[in-house]
This record gives sequence, structure tokens and C-alpha cells, in this order.
Amino acid sequence: MSYLDSYEMVIGLEIHAELATRTKIFCSCKNEFGASPNSNTCPVCTGMPGALPITNKKVIELAIKAGLSFGCEISKYTVFERKNYFYPDLSKAYQISQLVKPLNIGGGVELDSGKFIRLNRIHVEEDAGKLTHLGKSQGTLIDYNRGGTPLIEMVTEPDFRSAEEVVEFLKKVREILMFEGIANCKMEQGGMRCDVNLSLRRKGDSNFGIRTEMKNLNSFRSVQRAIEYEAERQAEVLASGGDVVQETRKWDDFAGESFAMRSKEQAQDYRYFPDPDLLPILISDEEIEKVKSEMVEVPASRRKKYTEEFGIPKYDAELLTQTKYISDYFENCVSLLFVPKKISNWIMVDLFKIVKDQAQKEQNQEDIVFPISEKQLTNIIKMLEDRQINKNVGLELLQKVIETGKDANELAKEMNLLVTISEDTILNLLSKLKSENSKVVEDYKKDPEKISKFITGYVMKNTQGKANSLVVKNLIPKVFSKE
Amino acid sequence: MIDYSKLSIFEIMDKIKTHECSAQEVVEFFIQKTKENEKLNAIVEIFDDVVEKAKEIDKKIQNNEKLGKLVGIPVAIKDNILYSTKKAGCASAFMQDFVSPYSATIVEKLLDEDAIIFGRTNMDEFAMGGSTEKSVYGVCHNAKNFEYVAGGSSGGSAVAVSAGLVPVAIGTDTGGSIRQPSSYNGVVGVKPTYGTVSRYGIVAFASSLDQASPITKTISECEYVLKILAGKDDHDQTTIQNDFASDKKDKYRLGICKEVVEKLKERAEFYNFENAIKKVSDKFEIVDVSIPHISSSLACYYIIAPAEASSNLARFDGVKYTKRAENCESLEDVYVKSRSEGFGKEVKRRIMLGNFVLSSGYYDAFYGKAKNVQKLIKKEFKTAFLNCDAIILPTTLSTAFKIGSKNSDPVEMYMEDLFTVPANIAGIPAVSVPYSLAENGLPLGMQFMADEMQESKMFEIAKIFKSQMEVE
Repeated sequence: MSYLDSYEMVIGLEIHAELATRTKIFCSCKNEFGASPNSNTCPVCTGMPGALPITNKKVIELAIKAGLSFGCEISKYTVFERKNYFYPDLSKAYQISQLVKPLNIGGGVELDSGKFIRLNRIHVEEDAGKLTHLGKSQGTLIDYNRGGTPLIEMVTEPDFRSAEEVVEFLKKVREILMFEGIANCKMEQGGMRCDVNLSLRRKGDSNFGIRTEMKNLNSFRSVQRAIEYEAERQAEVLASGGDVVQETRKWDDFAGESFAMRSKEQAQDYRYFPDPDLLPILISDEEIEKVKSEMVEVPASRRKKYTEEFGIPKYDAELLTQTKYISDYFENCVSLLFVPKKISNWIMVDLFKIVKDQAQKEQNQEDIVFPISEKQLTNIIKMLEDRQINKNVGLELLQKVIETGKDANELAKEMNLLVTISEDTILNLLSKLKSENSKVVEDYKKDPEKISKFITGYVMKNTQGKANSLVVKNLIPKVFSKE
Repeated sequence: MIDYSKLSIFEIMDKIKTHECSAQEVVEFFIQKTKENEKLNAIVEIFDDVVEKAKEIDKKIQNNEKLGKLVGIPVAIKDNILYSTKKAGCASAFMQDFVSPYSATIVEKLLDEDAIIFGRTNMDEFAMGGSTEKSVYGVCHNAKNFEYVAGGSSGGSAVAVSAGLVPVAIGTDTGGSIRQPSSYNGVVGVKPTYGTVSRYGIVAFASSLDQASPITKTISECEYVLKILAGKDDHDQTTIQNDFASDKKDKYRLGICKEVVEKLKERAEFYNFENAIKKVSDKFEIVDVSIPHISSSLACYYIIAPAEASSNLARFDGVKYTKRAENCESLEDVYVKSRSEGFGKEVKRRIMLGNFVLSSGYYDAFYGKAKNVQKLIKKEFKTAFLNCDAIILPTTLSTAFKIGSKNSDPVEMYMEDLFTVPANIAGIPAVSVPYSLAENGLPLGMQFMADEMQESKMFEIAKIFKSQMEVE
């Protein structure tokens, strides 16, 4: 039995996501990951004396979009403030953030269980640079490329009661941020990271216990493990009569445990005050409407449409909505040719396989791009529907279109892949069979359906598969029903 | 040889443009003049390329190229203004070796108009002080009397212009740092409407109050150069489009603030003030106005300015461009030792003050309250300007004081800002104009304040006033 059995977890999150802007939040340096150290910097993001911030309008737009996506109230008047603290990755020794007047207030996300997780706020702030410690007394290197990257911080209420709820919530949040083009959420690059505030209380208690905070968890797995570890640790402390210390803890994913970083006594006074270099931001209804008009249908609603209107299984609908690109691709195909199930199969079986084969390496699911246009894919499926080709030919065509980039219909003609056998030839073959094989005639009288398959096979065999099976099927009664 | 220090910038430019002299001759004259007056300690460095730059200007003139509005005029800049590849030390031991990686917007503007950025002027460390005694370069001396302070924090700029070392010097004014030393040295200095001049590339003291501006010998020159520095800047969100709209009237209404008179009455300098008013009484319609909370400006100022400074100066941490203390064993050591060694006493005092008023639990009582009182004072000025075109008041309570005489009590030093701070708190323009000599023979400055963006009217009124002072 675990110590944990008599306790209930209470968890709140702070989630940071890097916004998908071209440039940084307060200067025109590029917002990109992986550039050589300090190459994307300027006097503003390195905190040079005299340098001043200028707000990137796109940041505010994307942050409003985030607010709208999660049902927040958008503030008409929002203020940037300075959060003052010393650390070498923070070039100005203050972070421009928001405290008293955040951009987005309230909102939340509904879990599959129907439980609603409330958001307290989503505010806008800048990221800090990155430190590389060279090891004992060899110094530390500072890279300010990430300094000034725009972030949103989503703060939840302490509504979670399990690690599973947390992970489900995070997945939903990530999916929406990515779908709306708000953030790329590349967790392995720190594009989305999560601070977990966790406390325990005896089951049935209504008061909160003393919480700890674990910072910068950057995968769903480490969130899950960190929560489980921390809950167990706190339960042990409490069960043995001790008190949980309010502190910040660092999760070591490799070791699978967390350790204390600093306690509440060492907590800093950030001396927030409105940044005098930046004017308050006034947001009009028109601006909010404009952002709203640029929003896309969210994945949950798309999945509902796929399962209920298109008759696609739930699991497939999940796969088709894993990125906005895939989902848009699918929907574009459906609008060209309304055979959703068939299209879904082609995408999930054939296209996924091709993409996988092409880029065996570390291809991210988020980066999947299909090598064939919606139009060409539906051209192939249409030929198949019309029985002008069979599935194997379809797959051959798919490869060819990808290789050559040519039109599928023209390729099919060029390569002589389309069925070309005339009705007369088929009728002759059917008549020949009828006269030569009386057993078939007898069987046809008993059960036409059953023997039709055999008859079609016979025609196909004698035409090297180039007869249109649909035509054959239609012609069979004409020959065999006659006395 | 022509004494260029006696000429206005317009006269100098005329001579350069008409080939009566070259830009090189002009700049060499001022180099010579600066060297002769080294003891004043006003200009701490003449940039090594000034003669080179003057030759380039002369070439432009020879080639009949289009010329800027400050062609060949040497302009000195305060040591907290960045000029690419040149040092900007803020008169601090901490920043002594700092070389600017970029130029301030106002420096670019001056260069665009073919001015010659002449050198750096002395100042109080990080612009905190009113005497230019607190400088790593040593005390700057008053241009009129060597025993007296230059005023500050733009003391070097005011002394340089007063002593004729340069025709124009740029200073910065957060609570009077241009107007007070201008008054002490008998020159003209202006603080424009907040946002008129870009702060980009100027080391910030108190962001919501700082404005850079020129110090010159005459009002016309001051107005002329200010218009060149002004303008909305893509690098500074707080800049505004100030069109310097003029509002010509036959007779302007000049307001005398009764709360100021109360403060002044007991002092010897009140005689000078009253006498000046008498002299202009038929040129202006004189009215009484009231700014009930004008005296609270000082309290507001000494909360807001240190608060912003404490944050603005946090970037000087020994990690990047400031001097790092030796023998640091931890990160905390780097911060604590470097900042302890790097900053002077007055700067530390204000950083601590600022940190205190922003700290949790005290914010509302200090910073929050100061911001509210600031709003009130702004409103009171607005109301006053419904009834007058400008408010007239002395720039300072008295003349420059003796070097070293006010070093024991910082609050006494802070009182020097009493009449200059209100313009910064209210965000309105104010200009200091020399008008009289006190009993000790040192100059006194008169100050004119106008409503936001009413600089043109303010200068016009100051000119009328000044012309009356010169009668007799």
C-alpha cells in the first residue's frame, strides 16, 4: 500500500509557450531556435544601456487569439510590468511581464470527463537567455538568442486531482495552440514548458496543504513522473508526521527524482511596477473581432464532425487531427471528392507510410507534409471509384505522381493504366463462357450473386485485368439471364 | 582670429557656408579653447575624430553638396549619451571602459544635420545629483566662479557652453538637470514636453521623466536645436509628435504661482524676482495662479525617480559591460561586490530608496501614492494653463553654492530641485533663461513653464522677457 492512498493531490499549473512570431517581442531580432549563440541579438535584447523596447504587434494578436481559444475575457487595457531580479540570463536584470493587468483573464478547458479546468489568466512576457555551465571553475557562457522570445504564461486554478488530468489538459492546450498557429509547442526545444504546483490533503479535507513547485518540465512524460514522484514524497513526509516545506524543486528526469532549489524564505521580492518604457496597450473590439475572424475550427469540433458526419472511427479522427496541416489536407480532399472514409484510409495508411519511409530520421509528427497535393490524391481516388483502375494501380500511380509531379489522370493515360477493354470484347468473353461451361449457367440460375464473382474473375483473367469490373458486373445479367 | 565663442551658431554657420572660415578652423578653435580651460573639468574627452569630421564637412561644402541644419557646429554630449564606438561612462567608475555599440537617436539626428559631435561632458554619476561633484572625473567648476559648483547633473554641458568651449551642449533633465546648471552658469537650457525627444541610446535614469535637450547661449539657438532633436522615434514608444505649434498673441498672460512666491518671500533673491516682474509688467498681463500641490512634486519625484532608477540601473551588474569585481567566488559575489565597488554613494542611496518604495507591502504607500499625486499635479497645471500662457518662476532658490558646501546633507541638495522638478512631474516644457546677477555676482535663471507641446509660445514669452531684461 502506498502512503498516497489516504491523500488527495491538488495541482495547479503554470504553462509557458513560445509564440510563433517571426521576430522577438520587443525588437526586430529573429525568433528562431538553433541559431549560433548570440547571432540573433541587438542592443535591446542584450539589455544595452539606453536601449528601449518596442512592442511587437503580432505578439499581442497571437496572445489575444490564445485568450479567445480558451474562453478568456480579453482586457481592453493591459499593462506590461517589470519583474525585477538578478540572473545572468536576464540581460536587463528585469523581465518584462504582466502582473496586475494581464491581457487575458479567466477561461478554461474541459476534459473528456466533462470536468472543467479553470484558467486564472494568460499573460504575455519575454523569455530569458540560456546559460551553459562549463563545469567547475571554467565559467558560464551566456547565449541571448532566446532572450526576448515572446511567451504566453497560462496560469490555472488548483483544479487538478491527478497526473492524468494534468497530462490530458496539457495535450489539449498544446493541440489548440498549435492548431491556431499561436505556438509551435516544440517541447524538446523548450517551446512549451510547465511548472507544477502540488500539494496533498487528506481525502475529504477542504483546506489546501503546503505546496511545492517544480519548474520547467518539458515533456508529458516528465510531468507525469514528476507529479507521481512528488506526490509520493509529500505523502511520505506527511505520513511520518512531518511538514512539507514550501519550496521550489528541480525535477531531474534522468535520475527520476526531484531536489530542493530554494525555499520560501529565500523567495524574491520582484518589485513589480509598470514599465515606463512601454505605453499601456488599448485593445479595441475591432481588433478582437479581427483576430476572431482569423481563427480556425478547433480539433475537438473537427473530430466531432469527422465521426458524426463522415462516419469515421474515433481513433482515426484523432490521427487525422493531430496537426492542423493533416486535418486541413483531409478536409480539402473531402471537399474535392466526398468519400471521407476512403480518403481517410489513403491518408492514414498510404500517405503516412510514404512520409515515414521518406524521412526515417527524426521527423516530427508536427512537421509532416504530404508529398502530393489534395487534387492529385483525389484524382487517383476518383479513378478508383470509377473502377478505371484498381487499388494496386492506384498505389503505382501515387508513386509516379510523387516522383514526377505530373497530373494523375494524364499519367494514367500515358502509362496505359486505365481499363481499355470494350463492352463488345467483354460480351464476347461472357458468351464464350456461357457456351463452354454449362455448370456456370446452372449455378447462375441458383445464385447469380455468388457466381458473378467467378465470372468477373474469368473476364479479368482473360483481359489481363484491364476490364472495368463495374462494367463486367453490369453486363453479366445481359448474357446469363437470357434463355 | 575670430572668437567663435562669441558668435551664435547661426553666425558660425553663415561664415562656414560663405567660405569665410572652414569647419576645421571652427573646430580647432573650440579644441584650443577647451584645452585652455581644462581646469573647469567640463569636457572630459574631445573625440579623436573631430578634426577629421570637420574636414569631411569642408569637403561637402567645396563640392556644393546639400548641407544640414547644423553644418560644422561642434556639439558636446553628456557622458550618458551613446555615440557608436565612443566611450560613454556616465561619470561612473563602473562604466569607465564602456564603449557604445550603437548611437543614440539624437546623435544620429545631429550627425544627419552635419553637426560635429565634439566630446563628452562631465556630469554627476548616472545623472544623480545637482552639482557635478559626484563624478569619477572629479568636480566640475562653475564657469563664472571657480570656487562654485557647476550645478548638475548636466554641469559639464552648462559650463562648456557658458565658458565658450562649445556653442551647443546636450544635457539630460530628469528633475532639473539641464535647467539648474544652466541657471548657475548663465546660459539657456530647456526641458521639453515629455516624449518630444527620443530617449533611445541615452542611459536611463528615470524613464518616465528623462528628456534630453540642448544648452546654448541664447533662446533662439536653444529652440532651433531642440527642433532638430525632436521627433517621433520608432525606437522609443514614449515619443510623441510635437509640432511646436505657435499661438501668437499681442499680449501673453504670465502666471505667477502663489505657492512659489510663499517659498521665495523670505529670501534675498526675491528682490531679483520681483524686480524682473516689474520690468515686464507692461509687456505681459500678469495673473496669479495656484498649483496647490506644487511642493509635493519633490516628494513624488524622490519616489518615482529612484524607483525607476533602481530597475534601470540593475543591468549594471558586473556580468556584461560593467567592471566586474575581482576575486568573486560566487554569482552573488559578482553582483554584490561589483555593484558595491562600481556605484558611488549617491547612486547607491537612490537605488536603495527605489528598491524600498517598490518592495512588497510598501508599493501602494509610496510608488502608488506618488503616481496618484503626480496625476493630481498634472491636473492642477492643466487648470492653471487655462488662465495663463506660461508660468514664471525662478529656476532655483538661489545661485550656485560653494564646492563641498552641501555634501553633508543629501536632503538639502535635493531641495535645489524644488522649482525644476514640477515640470518633469507634470511632463510639461520649461526653459531657464539668465536674467540677473545675485549679490555674490553669480547668475540667476528665470524659468518659464507652459502647457504640453506649447514650447513655441514658451520660447516666445521667454524672448520678450529676456529683451526687457537687457534694456537699461
